[in-house]
Amino acid sequence: MNEIVPAHNIGSYVPMIDGPEKVSGRAKYTADLIQPGQLAGHIYRSPYSHGEILDIDVSEALRLPGVKAVVTGADCDKTFGVLPIARSEHPLARDRVRYRGEPVAAVAAIDDATARKALRLIKFKVRELPAYYTAATALAAGAVALHEKKPGNIERDVLFELGSVTNGFADADLVREGTYNCAEVCQNQMEMHAAVAEYDAVRERMTVHASTQVPYYVHLMLSQILGMEMSRIRVIKPHVGGGFGCRTETLNIELIAALLARKANGTVRIVTNREETFITHRGRPETDIRLKIGMRKDGRITAVECECDQRGGAHSGYGVVTILYAGSMLYAIYDLHNVKYVGRRVLTNTPPCGAFRGHGTVDIRFAFESLIDQMATEMGLDPFQVRRANLLHAPTFTDNDLMVNSYGLPECLDWVETQSGWSERKGKPQKEKGVRKGLGMACSHYISGASKPVNWTGEPHATVKIKLDFDGSIVVLSGAADIGQGSTTILAQTVAEVLGLDLSRVRVVTGDSEVVPKDNGSYSSRVTFMVGNAALDAARNLKSLLTAAAARKLEARPEDIECLGELYRAGAQDKGATFDEVVTEALKDSGTITVTGNYSTIPESHGGKKYRGSAIGGTMGYSYSAQVVEVSVDEETGVVTVDKVWVAHDCGRALNRLTVEGQVQGSVWMGMGQAMSEETAFYNGLLLTANMLDYRVPTIQDSPPIEVGIIESNDPYGPFGAKEAGEGSLAAFLPAFTNAIADAIGIRFNELPVTPDRVFEAIEKRKRNSSRGA
Amino acid sequence: MPRILEFTLNGSYRADAVADNVLLLDYLREKVGLTGTKTGCDGGECGACTVLIDDKPVLSCLTLASVAGGRTVDTIESLGHDGQLSAVQRGFHEKLGSQCGYCTPGFVMASAGLLRKNSSPTEPEIIEALGSNICRCTGYVKIIEAVQYAAKLHAQGMSP
Repeated sequence: MNEIVPAHNIGSYVPMIDGPEKVSGRAKYTADLIQPGQLAGHIYRSPYSHGEILDIDVSEALRLPGVKAVVTGADCDKTFGVLPIARSEHPLARDRVRYRGEPVAAVAAIDDATARKALRLIKFKVRELPAYYTAATALAAGAVALHEKKPGNIERDVLFELGSVTNGFADADLVREGTYNCAEVCQNQMEMHAAVAEYDAVRERMTVHASTQVPYYVHLMLSQILGMEMSRIRVIKPHVGGGFGCRTETLNIELIAALLARKANGTVRIVTNREETFITHRGRPETDIRLKIGMRKDGRITAVECECDQRGGAHSGYGVVTILYAGSMLYAIYDLHNVKYVGRRVLTNTPPCGAFRGHGTVDIRFAFESLIDQMATEMGLDPFQVRRANLLHAPTFTDNDLMVNSYGLPECLDWVETQSGWSERKGKPQKEKGVRKGLGMACSHYISGASKPVNWTGEPHATVKIKLDFDGSIVVLSGAADIGQGSTTILAQTVAEVLGLDLSRVRVVTGDSEVVPKDNGSYSSRVTFMVGNAALDAARNLKSLLTAAAARKLEARPEDIECLGELYRAGAQDKGATFDEVVTEALKDSGTITVTGNYSTIPESHGGKKYRGSAIGGTMGYSYSAQVVEVSVDEETGVVTVDKVWVAHDCGRALNRLTVEGQVQGSVWMGMGQAMSEETAFYNGLLLTANMLDYRVPTIQDSPPIEVGIIESNDPYGPFGAKEAGEGSLAAFLPAFTNAIADAIGIRFNELPVTPDRVFEAIEKRKRNSSRGA
Repeated sequence: MPRILEFTLNGSYRADAVADNVLLLDYLREKVGLTGTKTGCDGGECGACTVLIDDKPVLSCLTLASVAGGRTVDTIESLGHDGQLSAVQRGFHEKLGSQCGYCTPGFVMASAGLLRKNSSPTEPEIIEALGSNICRCTGYVKIIEAVQYAAKLHAQGMSP
């Protein structure tokens, strides 16, 4: 007889449980929900960057046969926004338009062609106002305020000084300062935004399918915008084709679809095109940084002074949080004291920015790791030595009260140093036929979910339900939004592991507000940590019930019951009861079993009150990453090729090695796009890069091998010790890349992206200067 | 002006009245209801809409439906037999060549097209064949591994 043992999956390579649907074309995304009788929704967008609205004449559009409804700002005077303190956005502009492409009106018609034709019949008149496309012009004296409540076009300014930078710089052996500019970038996820809204006029109910990372926030905003009770709204999240942060807040698309559906008394499907998806934006703001660092001869950092301006676009979105993250996340990676931060989030007449992967931390990390690399070179220190001179010792609290419980950065450093052959190869740049090779390194970190959610309700941070019924199948109910990162798989793995069952026993139901418990959504890398912990709690609760039932059936004490997954027994000699028998016994008392699991962060993780906004950055677990990047620089053409990346990521514990590797590789690669080629560009507010050729994403031909080392620091609070894996490795790529270029050709690039034009120009400039000098 | 489009779609004969200006992508998704083929851009930028015409990968967003007349079109829905995934599908599933899955049908069809022509491609050949498909999740590392694994399965007799 084969011995029955509990099944284990945690720590192995587990393909995603929804993979078969995705590889066979059966996975339905919002745009795939095509039904007869559905109306096509299209949006009329402002051709002006900034203007006072004088008239929106939709009468001709309404008269066009086949048009069922037209909505404008007149149909909704409510505002929306993800932060309760900054809800300044109308789904359709009222009184003013603030960026080119802002929705002004929308049409629902019997088909796409009719709706598009109707858009051309809309007459829109404005009195144009001065428009500002850079932070500097928006901040200039006398600039017209985009929002009345935000004089000077400052959405939020932040200032803190913890310790004394004056004293810190006085203690330094070397003080250096740099300025950095990072271009605006955007997620450019593969699935374009879409929403299908279905209004049931008889019951006064609204059902909205949306390509979102945050179904619950969409639910809240639909209620607010429609003026409907939340109980009359149902939000469904089908498969979602990537997010990377652009869908972590309610977008105007789903709100407009709902407004149209109610007005037309029908079902409206809006599928935006790629250009509109770019304009909807919510990417990473253009960021200007001035950074000053003091360092001692041994590499110890004695003071940091940082100024950061973000060009936020026309509405707040997550802006207040982004500018706070940029300051608070200077901490929690190195042991820093004497830090001053001045941040300004600026309103401009460009599409609103948002919470792009690595939210708030990436551009600051680029500047920081660039400057310390430059200082290391100047002082003759190895860049690894500089990092090692500034390590934290967990558990600890930083000066701004961030709680660090586990800290695998030292091991990350060791891994990439060894694997890349750093000590043998660094500083011995090779040159072949005009191509110079270089090595660079850098580190980064990220949170595993914000300790305080943006909508604080007093509820647990995460809730998971498990249903067990007569058929013996385990059904996990969760609101966690799988957007391709694999959260559904992680939940199934967690529950299967606790119960010792094969993964095939577990099904996961997500994404329908009518069925699943509320979840705050997939952002700030919270799901594995928070929802994972809730799933762990739920599974343990279920196991207790099953153990008690087994004890009754086997006439033993619960503490003597051994759970082997498919078999429960009272001691090794007992033939025991099968899982199905135990389920039958357990159902006798209660009928269908539903258990709940909850998770809440502890107050110590909520950050302090040292400055206004200091709760931002607090988390239960920080992930850490170290990277080495090898580049080849062609001095004739300025083309830089990334030959290889070695990345080590401390994710606490890899619950699924396959998806951890995939997340880390994807993060590194996305950092590579920002570092090398991606940027949005405008001409008088017109987005020039609104397609995937001009917004240059690396292709498979541009992309290097990325070798991943998984570091497991076993976080004391993470589920099975796990922390996040999907964001923390993005930021380190950028400085590791420019540090590698500096190693190869001795030129340091402080402006992103580092395009061949910029490299060529810098090389030519150096040639000109040296010939002039000679 | 609609005309009768007669062709072989996923192994079966099919005839429809289709207007001259309808794109193959829109025809497949909206008329036939095969939504596995994805729209990812405003035309020819991303490869998500890749299908095979006579075993060769084409972008269905840049192809008129009428072009398919008298030919054989295979979409993602045609792969796999007897309820089992095909070699390429297994490769993308098991090696995590697919994360969010949205670009996946395009990558899978481009890879199937490659393996139908070249059953044991080298890494540079895989990279060349997938050069016009964009993925925003994976960084492509596991996509290359997925196709290499698919080629192995194909060598053992599985259809691509």
